[in-house]
Amino acid sequence: MPQHLYEKSQPGRVAVRFPKVDSEQARAGIPDKHLRQSAPDLPELGELELVRHYVNLSQKNMSIDTNFYPLGSCTMKYNPKINDALAALPGFAALHPAQPVEQMQGLLRLMHEMERFLKEISGLDAVTLQPAAGAHGELTGLMITRQYFIHKGEEDRKIVLVPDSAHGTNPASAALCGFKCKEVPSNDQGLVDRDALKALLAEHKVALLMITNPNTLGLFEENIVEIGRMVHDAGGLLYMDGANMNALLGKALPGKCGVDIMHFNLHKTFSGPHGGGGPGSGPVAVAGHLEGFLPVPRIVESDGQFALEWNHPRSVGKVRSWLGNLIIVIRAYCYIRAYGGEGLKCVAENAVLNANYLMQALKQAYLLTYDRPCAHEFVLSGKWQNACGVHTMDIAKRLIDFGFHPPTVYFPLIVPEAIMIEPTETESKQELDSFIAAMLKIAGEAKETPELVKNAPHTTPVRRLNEVKAAKEPVLTCPICM
Amino acid sequence: MTATPDNLLYTESHEWAKLEDGVATIGITKYAVDQLQDLVFCELNPVGEAAQAGEGVGVIESVKIAADINSPFDGEIIETNSAVEESVDQISSDPYGEGWLVKIKISDPSQADSLLNAEKYKAHCAAEEH
Amino acid sequence: MPDCSYIPNREEDRQAMLKAIGAASIEEFFASIPESARAPEALDIPPGMTELELSTFINELAGQNKSAAQHPCFLGAGIYDHYIPAVVDFLAGRSEFYTAYTPYQAEASQGTLQAIFEYQTMIARLTELDVSNASLYDGATALAEAATMAIAITRRKKVVIAGTLNPESKAVLASYLDNFGHELEEVATRDGVVELDVLKEAVDDATAAVIIQQPNFYGCLEDVHAIAEIAHAGGALYVAAVDPISLGLLQSPGAYGADIAVGEGQALGNPMCAGGATFGFMALREKLMRKMPGRLVGETIDADGKRGYCLTLQAREQHIRRDKASSNICSNQGLLALRGAIYLAAAGPQGLRNVAEACAFKAHDAAARIREIPGFSLAFDQPFFKEFAIDCPAPAAEIARALFEIAGILGGYDMARVEPEHANRMLIAVTEKRTPPEIDALIEALSEISVESSQRA
Repeated sequence: MPQHLYEKSQPGRVAVRFPKVDSEQARAGIPDKHLRQSAPDLPELGELELVRHYVNLSQKNMSIDTNFYPLGSCTMKYNPKINDALAALPGFAALHPAQPVEQMQGLLRLMHEMERFLKEISGLDAVTLQPAAGAHGELTGLMITRQYFIHKGEEDRKIVLVPDSAHGTNPASAALCGFKCKEVPSNDQGLVDRDALKALLAEHKVALLMITNPNTLGLFEENIVEIGRMVHDAGGLLYMDGANMNALLGKALPGKCGVDIMHFNLHKTFSGPHGGGGPGSGPVAVAGHLEGFLPVPRIVESDGQFALEWNHPRSVGKVRSWLGNLIIVIRAYCYIRAYGGEGLKCVAENAVLNANYLMQALKQAYLLTYDRPCAHEFVLSGKWQNACGVHTMDIAKRLIDFGFHPPTVYFPLIVPEAIMIEPTETESKQELDSFIAAMLKIAGEAKETPELVKNAPHTTPVRRLNEVKAAKEPVLTCPICM
Repeated sequence: MTATPDNLLYTESHEWAKLEDGVATIGITKYAVDQLQDLVFCELNPVGEAAQAGEGVGVIESVKIAADINSPFDGEIIETNSAVEESVDQISSDPYGEGWLVKIKISDPSQADSLLNAEKYKAHCAAEEH
Repeated sequence: MPDCSYIPNREEDRQAMLKAIGAASIEEFFASIPESARAPEALDIPPGMTELELSTFINELAGQNKSAAQHPCFLGAGIYDHYIPAVVDFLAGRSEFYTAYTPYQAEASQGTLQAIFEYQTMIARLTELDVSNASLYDGATALAEAATMAIAITRRKKVVIAGTLNPESKAVLASYLDNFGHELEEVATRDGVVELDVLKEAVDDATAAVIIQQPNFYGCLEDVHAIAEIAHAGGALYVAAVDPISLGLLQSPGAYGADIAVGEGQALGNPMCAGGATFGFMALREKLMRKMPGRLVGETIDADGKRGYCLTLQAREQHIRRDKASSNICSNQGLLALRGAIYLAAAGPQGLRNVAEACAFKAHDAAARIREIPGFSLAFDQPFFKEFAIDCPAPAAEIARALFEIAGILGGYDMARVEPEHANRMLIAVTEKRTPPEIDALIEALSEISVESSQRA
């Protein structure tokens, strides 16, 4: 059985030696009542043991660098190594945030130019890089919305509309800002039902419609311009969740779709490493009439010199400390510079081509609920396989045996047994063909040897885990060893 | 155990209510238990708190779902079943008995008129299945 | 199509794929974008670069910054220049950690899951509380999440904060609480610490949380025990924001009665990087566990009864509870938290104690010498850990500029940034990385400034 750090711990072992001073002298200036009685209970390992521990752990993961990772909605594209190296340069990594601006001109220049790129890509007028992730960008966007209506004297606009296909973060973010959510149903094409939207706009004092475009089914909201007009006519604002921006790079401008506020997910679209769950980076772009509400500080340029500006009385304030998740901003900037404007368009085109290629090949074996050309991702259903007692979760687990990370499953909620596949542009046709072969093989297995699929995975360090036990009797830390 | 006792009233969101002397005992139905599967946790609003018809008086969680427990009545929570907050197993094994959730001193008995009887509730569940 | 480095497919691949789909061109897939929403033919973004061009260009940009890699750094205020052992970069840089995502599929993510589980354990032990989550964005948002959580748990509306909180945290907390119109009451400070009588007055039966920072923004140590009594007497939750390095030496939040501990995790194995990315940590008592924001990893067994790990208590989270979730957080700061975990495991109990003691020793040495310099004094008569405030004979901004010019020193922190009435006040942080010659250089430079300013006067 693999041991955790505390089980490997042996008293007195040290991995890395740190500077030592006279203990008594160090404590002399601090009253006893503030001192810790005994050293913290941390594991004690030698350096080699520590290295082996983590290297062995790493080998129990699937990752982009080891496996195709078509996790829908997460844009698991290749993370260029040069970007990691450049973000780690001491000129960035060893900067202290409270240094005077004249000591960080290179960083501020990069950030200022990044804001300009994001304006160009979104067709919007102003950008903040401060939010730490997509959901944090949403929260920022909703704070901006709230302040905007307070300043307009329309505080009674308390309703945020969210399509039934939306990410869970959308309603969660809205609720955090004191808004009430109403769901907008999708029509039989998987797009926003405009009649229902019209009724909701007439019935409620709507502050904001939060739309994801392309939506989570991987479909472009083709009536987006009209939807934007409807919301504006009703006095509301239009928000775009930019999680799926990979499909629009250089092809469509949210600003021209009537979008007032959007967030980017730099770690998805512009290839930050996902790091086992972060960091992300969720810059927010807004139309001109909302610029004054953006978080402070803003980066300003004058005669080639960059400075931070705090004096924005209508600003929502700060949403995180200092300037944002810069290590991701730097990588995203490098990514954009490597491609250039023309190259970014190729990103969208190849991502969309890859998705349509997979969809076309897989729809013979899996139910495709919304059968029309997709954008960067598409959603299958495991429903046909249900007849053999096989569910989407089984298909997902079986894929692991074939060396593929499973797609996103059971989301969006409006497709029963959903399998959401996003290949990204960085996968080759040959890799896609192998994935197709595996998916078709699994469809066959579901009919012929369903038990094989239902008991998958068979090749992993552990088999399926008892999630009920984990939630019912939570064990969230290693037990204390005496 | 019958799946839908005749002596109770039901909501479309799968709560049951038993009325006695102006106090409604609330729980969730067997159908709800089956839909949620593997319950793991239950949290009830504190005694003394106001209840509002159609609004939550607690939450029941399974691994992948969190379901609000909606009050069928306006009123005040006067008792909660602390045993189910300790362990949800009673809700699964005996939803209409030991697995009750809260007792509400109701302020408007006429709200009972808008609830479903057993027969109508069964029809409602049957319709949801399709 | 131009030559795009990270796209492997060639024109012949694309043609074969189009043929298989039965489409004439890629443009067909974009047909549903209305004409009026289309991007211009060319975005106004410079043409692409080769890797060499990019590397040269970005190196040049980075070179325009003056960093702690070349200059001794005495800046703190929440972000600190601590030593990062080589194993941290090496192990956290493993592709399998680095390029994986949130461990949704447990069987394919046991590495990340176990690493988070161990991280949770180490944070819990460090703070001497029961449960830790998998990380939050940073120290400031962790504090704001603790406040909103306390409001939800206690069903009370008011949050009482010490005036000695880090201003970055205060600002973020204010924006978060403003969304709900919750009341935020800041308690005045006296001689660099929170004024206990005023705090007592402020805490009433509407108070959800009492939030303090230890060591506080000025570096001073608060009377955390007395504050615990005040908070709990009022039925409020006691939230302490702590410097994780300090816990190698100082009493833990769990020991002095805090219900929730939060903090900025940067000091644990993460570069400063102008303040981002870092990670926020949160630990709390078991009874509050189900209201905790963020991801949690739990131990369980697999179908064969073998030990394994999975995400758990997910019904709290936004993807299940949507508008009723306790927080909207999705992506956290996994990679930075992993670095924190490796740092803690590499240091162990002795290493962390050594680091903390070295900080305290060097900071106290520097403080004792600075107060001897004419014109300079310690701003507060309070115990401190690795950071302290000094009053200078001239505006702190000028002193900092002079320190850079004379000795190439970064810092200290100009208090006028947040307290304009204290323009001559400066925060000095001394970590274990500062060498005796660097501290000597600081003292000498300040002495030189002292002479100059007395001559001017």
